[in-house]
Parts: sequence; C-alpha cells; structure tokens
Amino acid sequence: MSWIEADSGAAVTLSVNGTRHDLKLDARVTLLDALREHLQLTGTKKGCDHGQCGACTVLVDGRRINSCLSLAVMHQADEITTIEGLGTAHKLHPLQAAFVAKDGFQCGYCTSGQICSAIGMLGEWRKGWPSHLGDHAGAASAIDAAEIRERMSGNLCRCAAYPRIVEAIEHYAIHEGADT
Amino acid sequence: MIAFDYIRPADETAALQAATERPGARFIAGGTNLLDLMKLGIERPRHLVDIGALDLREVTETPGGGLRIGALVTNAALAAHPLVRQRYPVLSQAILAGASGQLRNKATTAGNLLQRTRCYFFYDPASPCNKREPGAGCSAIGGFNRIMAILGTSAHCIASHPSDMAVAMRVLDARVETRLPDGQTGSHTLEALYRLPGETPHVDHRLAPGELITAVVLPPPPARQQSYRKVRDRASYAFALVSVAAVVSVEEERITEAALAFGGVGPMPWRNREAEALLVGQAPSAALFERCADVVLAEANGHGGNDFKVPLLRRTLVSCLTKLTGAEP
Ligand SMILES: Cc1cc2nc3c(=O)[nH]c(=O)nc-3n(C[C@H](O)[C@H](O)[C@H](O)COP(=O)(O)OP(=O)(O)OC[C@H]3O[C@@H](n4cnc5c(N)ncnc54)[C@H](O)[C@@H]3O)c2cc1C
Ligand code: SF4
Ligand code: FES
Ligand code: FES
Repeated sequence: MSWIEADSGAAVTLSVNGTRHDLKLDARVTLLDALREHLQLTGTKKGCDHGQCGACTVLVDGRRINSCLSLAVMHQADEITTIEGLGTAHKLHPLQAAFVAKDGFQCGYCTSGQICSAIGMLGEWRKGWPSHLGDHAGAASAIDAAEIRERMSGNLCRCAAYPRIVEAIEHYAIHEGADT
Repeated sequence: MIAFDYIRPADETAALQAATERPGARFIAGGTNLLDLMKLGIERPRHLVDIGALDLREVTETPGGGLRIGALVTNAALAAHPLVRQRYPVLSQAILAGASGQLRNKATTAGNLLQRTRCYFFYDPASPCNKREPGAGCSAIGGFNRIMAILGTSAHCIASHPSDMAVAMRVLDARVETRLPDGQTGSHTLEALYRLPGETPHVDHRLAPGELITAVVLPPPPARQQSYRKVRDRASYAFALVSVAAVVSVEEERITEAALAFGGVGPMPWRNREAEALLVGQAPSAALFERCADVVLAEANGHGGNDFKVPLLRRTLVSCLTKLTGAEP
C-alpha cells in the first residue's frame, strides 16, 4: 500500500448497485459527489453536505451512512446501494410504493434519503438494536411511530411531511417488510 | 478542502510508519468530524492516514472482567453490543442519545472521543476564535454563548466538549490504550487525555503526534444503578445542553458507591470526586442531592447566554439521583 499523492488523482473502484466502476478521482471527492457527479446517479441528494440532514443517505454493505461525510476512496472494498438500486419508476420497491400510496413527500428532495435510511433502520430494528427509547423484542411488524421518529431523526424534511413519512414506513414495516 | 496525500495501510505498524514518514499526517476513522471540518478549511491536514482497514473492530472481555473496545468499533455496534447493554447500560444509553442512526454507523470509538467542539465560532472561519487561530480572540466570550461551558473554562476559550459517549466513558473510568510511532504503548485516563483550555485552547488533548488509539478499556462493570440523562433543544439529533451520567449503588438505604460525570458543561467530560464522596454513606434525600449539586457547581460560571446551564445542571442531577436511588422527590 503506498501513498496517493495530492496532485496525482486516485484510481478508485466503486461497486454501486451491483456494477463495478473504475474511476479516476481527486482523493477529496466524497462518496456523494462520486455518485452524483461522476456516476450520474443523481437520485441521492445533497442537502447540507455536513451530515446534518440525511438527504445523502446510502447503504454501504447494507448499513445506512451519510455519503457526504465519507471519501469515495475509502469505499473501494464496499458494496454501495443507492435509491437507483432499490427500485425503478416501472418497478417500485415496496417502500417506494408505500411512500406514493401514503403521500410521504411534497417536494421529494429528502425522499431518496428517507427511503434508504428507512431500509437501513428496519434492518437495525430486526437485528434487535436498541434506540434512545430503549430495548425492544425485534419483529419488524411491531415497530411503532415513536420508534420510527426516533430512529429516523437523522433525516430532515424541509416540507415537514413527517406524519406521512412515518405512516409510509410503518405501513411498509407491517405489510411488506415483515419477512424481507 | 485543501489537497492531501492519502494512504490506507493494512495494519497498525504500517499506519504508524505512514504517520511518521509524513509529519503532520492525521488519522481518519469514520471521518464524520474530520471531513466536516476539512470541508470548512478548519482542519487542514496535508496527509491523511485512513485507518479503516486496521483490525481494531473487536469488543472482547479482559481477563480482569472488564471490556476492551477496539478503536474502530462503531458507535452503533458498541451501543448494540450485548455485553455493553447488560453490564454498562449507561454507555449504551449515552451513545444512543447522540447523533443519528447514519452517523453512529460511521462514527468510531476513538473518533468520538477526539471529536472537536461544536462552538459556532470555531465552525465559522469569519469569526475570531483562539481554538482555531491562537491569539485571534474568543467570539463566544461576550457574544452568543448558549451552548458553551460553565466549568473549567479560561479567559481564552469557553467551548464545551460535545461528546455523549465520552461522558459515559468517564463515569466508567475508561482508559485509552495507544501505540506510539516508536512501537511503545501508552495508556491514558480520560482526565489525562483531555486538556483544559488555559492559554492554549487550540490543543484539545495530550496524544503525541502520530500516537494511535488502539482501544478503550473499561474496568469490570459497576454492579449498580446506571443512567444517562441528556437535556437538549429537541427530542432527538441535537447536542447536549447538559447531560448527567450516574452510577450509584444503594444498600440498606445507604448510598454505598457513587460516580457522576457531566456533559455539555466543561471542555472535557466533567467529574467531581468531592461531590461523589459526599453521597457515600448517606441516606438518599432531596437535601443530600442539593448539597451534592452545590459542590459540583461551586466553581461554575455562566457567560450570559448560558447562565441557564447552572440551574439546569442542578435540576438534572437531582432528578437523576432521585430516580436512580428511588428517593422520595
Ligand atoms: C450533525 C451531527 C450531529 C452530531 N451529534 C452528536 C451528538 O449528539 N452527540 C455526540 O456525542 N456526537 C455527535 N456528533 C459527532 C459524532 O459523534 C462524531 O463526529 C464522531 O463520533 C466522530 O467519529 P469518527 O470516527 O467519524 O471520527 P473522525 O472524524 O474520523 O476523527 C475525529 C478525530 O479523531 C482522530 N482519530 C480518529 N481515530 C483515531 C485513532 N484511532 N487514533 C488517534 N486519533 C484518531 C482523527 O484524527 C480526528 O482528529 C454529531 C455529528 C454530526 C455531524
Ligand atoms: S469558545 Fe473557544 S472555540 Fe469558541 S470562539 Fe471562543 S476560543 Fe473559539
Ligand atoms: S447532505 Fe449529507 S447529511 Fe445533508
Ligand atoms: S418532501 Fe420536501 S424536503 Fe421532504
């Protein structure tokens, strides 16, 4: 392993939604900018660029993170999933369908982040991870609105569509996500 | 962000060597604090050593009955760890009271301890700040200072340490294990790790250049009542205004042991042994808890916008002790 010099640009391999991409990037490029500006995967959004809003949430090896606070070059061993990897306009992921059915957005800017975050969050719930509200038994279908709000607090919605976002996630957890 | 050289060593020895061969190199773990500050030009490392590939992600029991937590164990993994939940619930609670699900998945044990203050002026390159630029002045003294510290401050800096996890680590008497570039190992209590601002607020801690945190070690669990109480401006995803980590045992209606640590009020997670000693041997009562708060707050000073923290810390402490000891309110 040797140094990548500041002025040289790094050969970076990223695996995104099951496809490998070989890129030449400045080491400063965040995972978020690599996705949006270099791979044209613009579903992932940039809100604050400082870890405060959750719009840039993606799944790295199934775990949700803020892609704005991570460098692309740090993720060469990882499998990255973005909103484009979850569903398409013609074949919605059941959680996307729940957001449509429950009106879980207004402008839609925070939505990709909300959906990726909720997928990660429900994975954490199923593993029995505790939250600030305490411990719990673990069946996805048993999650309630208070837990969803606490566990989703890293995703802000400028349109304040929170009640419908919570409903959409709850609906998905109860109906579709129970055994996924 | 200024340009930097980057390396991702495969093991500790290579990481220490990398940090030595390019002086001024910084370790990057989760990156959630360092990158944030680099984007704003507040941190300007020219060399980054990415320690993400190092084998420091294990939580193991020590022969003495304590716990060794690898430096790269994520905040999320640590809070969810069965042994932490069972034996050190105050630590699990403190971590879960901080940041967000996404951030906790990235944030590491060592990075959390070494995160820098959230003082607004430290974060704003347009405002004078002694921590950012020694000698520039402090914009918080005489300025907007709602979130600043009330204990341990100096005439040069009144910033508070923002970590929740570190408050629990301090109440549990955690030690930080390190490796130095020459291969030697080090071990620091949190009290020794952190510095008070004094005249040099730009230096947060006492680690040597290139000193790598490898683990945080907890002594055997206190078999007692533990709790972390955090007061903040919104119900979730906000830094502490004040917080209290408390570990207390009561036997035959007497307090037999007590440890207390405070967040949001000092430049490091705060502790006051005198206030703890005052509780031991006594029957829990409202009057006792008020006297304990008197001792904790004896040297406390508000700076105008944060005067409210003095009574807030008192009430939070009294309420926490009342609940933990089952005393009559
Ligand atoms: C929006 C937001 C809200 C937040 N809210 C909270 C909150 O409520 N409570 C809270 O406690 N925290 C909060 N945080 C802070 C978060 O907990 C920290 O950013 C995180 O813990 C830092 O860990 P990291 O691994 O990402 O550190 P990094 O950013 O990688 O590193 C931080 C520092 O530690 C050094 N370092 C890292 N690892 C080592 C090592 N092994 N040896 C030596 N040096 C090392 C780095 O050089 C750097 O100086 C919040 C952060 C954000 C962005
Ligand atoms: S309180 Fe400390 S960090 Fe904040 S402006 Fe003053 S010197 Fe800077
Ligand atoms: S853009 Fe990453 S958290 Fe806001
Ligand atoms: S729907 Fe507009 S920001 Fe959430």
